[in-house]
Amino acid sequence: MNFADPFVLARLQFAANISFHILFPTISIGLCWVLLYFRTRYTLTGDKNWEYAYYFWVKMFALTFAIGVVSGITMSFQFGTNWPGFMAQAGNVAGPLLGYEVLTAFFLEASFLGVMLFGKHRVSNRMHLTAAALVAIGTTASAFWILSLNSWMQTPAGFEIRDGIFHAQDWWEVIFNPSFPYRLAHMLVACLLTVAFLLMGVSSWRFLDKVDSPATIMVFKTGLALAVVLAPLQVFIGDLHGLNTFEHQPAKVAAIEAVWETEKGAPFTLFALPDEETRTNRFAIEIPKLASVILTHDAEGQIRGLNEFEGRHPPVAPVFFAFRVMVGVGMLMIAMAWWLGWSIFIRKQHPNVIQLRICSWMTFSGWVAVLAGWYVTEIGRQPWLVYNVLSVESAVAEHGGGTVLSTLILWLLLYAFILFYYISTMRHLAKKRLLSILASIQQYPKLESDTLDTHSGDANARDPSNKETK
Amino acid sequence: MEFWLPLVFAAVMGLALLLYVVLDGYDLGVGLLLPFAADDEKGQMISSIGPFWDANETWIVLGVGVLLIAFPQAHGIILTSLYLPATLMLMGLVLRGIAFDFRVKAGDDQKAMWNGIFSFGSLLTALCQGWMLGSYITGLEPSLYNLLFSLLAAISLPVLYVMLGATWLMCRTALPLASKARRWARRGWLPLGFALLVISIATPLVSENISARWFALPQFFWLLPVPLLTVCCYGWVGLVLYGKVKCRSLLLFLTLAAICVLAALGLAYSVYPDIIIGRLTITEAAASTESLRFTLWGVLITLPLILGYTVFVYRIFSGKVPEHSSYE
Repeated sequence: MNFADPFVLARLQFAANISFHILFPTISIGLCWVLLYFRTRYTLTGDKNWEYAYYFWVKMFALTFAIGVVSGITMSFQFGTNWPGFMAQAGNVAGPLLGYEVLTAFFLEASFLGVMLFGKHRVSNRMHLTAAALVAIGTTASAFWILSLNSWMQTPAGFEIRDGIFHAQDWWEVIFNPSFPYRLAHMLVACLLTVAFLLMGVSSWRFLDKVDSPATIMVFKTGLALAVVLAPLQVFIGDLHGLNTFEHQPAKVAAIEAVWETEKGAPFTLFALPDEETRTNRFAIEIPKLASVILTHDAEGQIRGLNEFEGRHPPVAPVFFAFRVMVGVGMLMIAMAWWLGWSIFIRKQHPNVIQLRICSWMTFSGWVAVLAGWYVTEIGRQPWLVYNVLSVESAVAEHGGGTVLSTLILWLLLYAFILFYYISTMRHLAKKRLLSILASIQQYPKLESDTLDTHSGDANARDPSNKETK
Repeated sequence: MEFWLPLVFAAVMGLALLLYVVLDGYDLGVGLLLPFAADDEKGQMISSIGPFWDANETWIVLGVGVLLIAFPQAHGIILTSLYLPATLMLMGLVLRGIAFDFRVKAGDDQKAMWNGIFSFGSLLTALCQGWMLGSYITGLEPSLYNLLFSLLAAISLPVLYVMLGATWLMCRTALPLASKARRWARRGWLPLGFALLVISIATPLVSENISARWFALPQFFWLLPVPLLTVCCYGWVGLVLYGKVKCRSLLLFLTLAAICVLAALGLAYSVYPDIIIGRLTITEAAASTESLRFTLWGVLITLPLILGYTVFVYRIFSGKVPEHSSYE
């Protein structure tokens, strides 16, 4: 890699921005459904602890959402500032998908988040619940459209090219392109799984700092229940997704498995150093036939090797290692979820200090897996921007290397700064006792002509914490 | 190509950017005014924009989104030319957005830092947006005069935002902050007039295309109401601020919004039928008809809904923010 090359720099810049951005939607997409669950439980049972859980986590949500929004705006501009060729050539297809994301999702999330955060005294519980549901639907709709576009870039369908410009022929085929259902399912489950470990991690900080309340264990168990079910489910979905990739993007799978020569009964490589110079693997530790079994469900199945795609396949080592990181974290999640599930749900124990420590370390493990997974699929797409149709190189903007390098450095500094304060603010909030959290709920005061408290569903009137929050 | 489709999208883009300038304009303005407030007033100022700023900011995403969807060629050219101001503006938006949340959630010892970052981000955003507007009006051609014009635009837009922010605070906060906001608005009045005047004089000087459009007869008389009404609105704002006439603060805010609308109409008149002045017309830059038609359905269904629930949310959080804000 030549770091003075504006093309490399433009890619690094976009990769840095999108890597940073994805961290936050990953949490907000999953967390808003959890918030809706907390709010619903509170509405159904009247148990204040669910409401406390809601108000604690809605703060985390607001923080996460805000960073997701502002880093997302960056993305919408960088399509133009860094990759004008992409929009000039594929804009007819990509544009409407992004447009629908803005129209159906962004405004909905942003508008009703205000109600979730500030509406305590201004709207009835039913409206509050509706707002939470609309935000959840909004974030998921946003995932729907952007993953549809990403999947279309991986497995383009429903278009034709006239005079070098893409034209959509069948929108249904564009949106529901071959890899989209798998990618959407894989990502949505990844979001929930990330949030599951976040809930457990932050709750364990509260236990370890001895600022826990009855709500803490309820949150912990919510996260654990999600993890117990979703961690193994993710392996299953991931397998389906892999089979889909094997069918449509064989070069990517060859890089994942570091298979150089086309072979039948290919082994699964646990570890190796793939070497593109000699086109071999060094220090390989292999399990015979396993790759063929996984990908073709047949011990003698054929896997097409990288040499069939010479010059048109992605860099092997990053894809190979990123995949192993993703799977490794996934396995760790399963092990942890089942161990904890067994001791907490079956043996009815309280999590012990060792378990809490491990949960604390795994707070952001979802981020590691998500990033690794995206590197597999996005680096695995190279050298194509739209798979087999449009190369990345043909879409880059012509900026001087100096301009791009200086803005890249600024972005990286900014991102490091934000990440540092994001995590330390989470720590800060997690160390607060329940009362001081309730005292800092953001809210607008009641209107003078307010009659909301007479609504049957609204519990604010009998809320003992009301006095402290004023 | 059906000629009206690109026009509809140009109108939607214009509307989105206009709404952005008015709506995010007032909350950026509040950010710009924050350093001039006493510490105990800062929370009040921030909570007056709390439920709204996220959605306000989304209008620029729609504006740029429509540029991308409907005019992909222009999107590439414009954003590539504006790489530096766009990047700096984004950094400003990022800083402002995160500061907004961190200032209440991080420890009290950090509050002053986040207040500073909030204002800095707002200023950076406003300056860069002015810069971008200036470069756009001068046809994205870098020359000395064009750069000077962009510089002029860069310092003018924050003035407008300050006025919007100050009048917003007059509507949304109680005394004594509201009267302080009135003083801020009064201080911004002359600079705003100066900015409007100088920009209006400089625009036809830097752009031959625009001067040709402005001073051709008889179209000149069609355009004439725009500057005349702007002068009326501007004068009205001055009369109210200096206490010669009394009117509700909301009307004052709306009068400033009307100045934005007039400026947008003037700009649209100056640019039409181009999307990049002197280089590319709306029709030339338009995406394919099938893409525009597919997106039009979405716009027709969702835009009224969006406007509807935006009004709904503003109604939920109507009225004045109390003096001792519970937001802190």
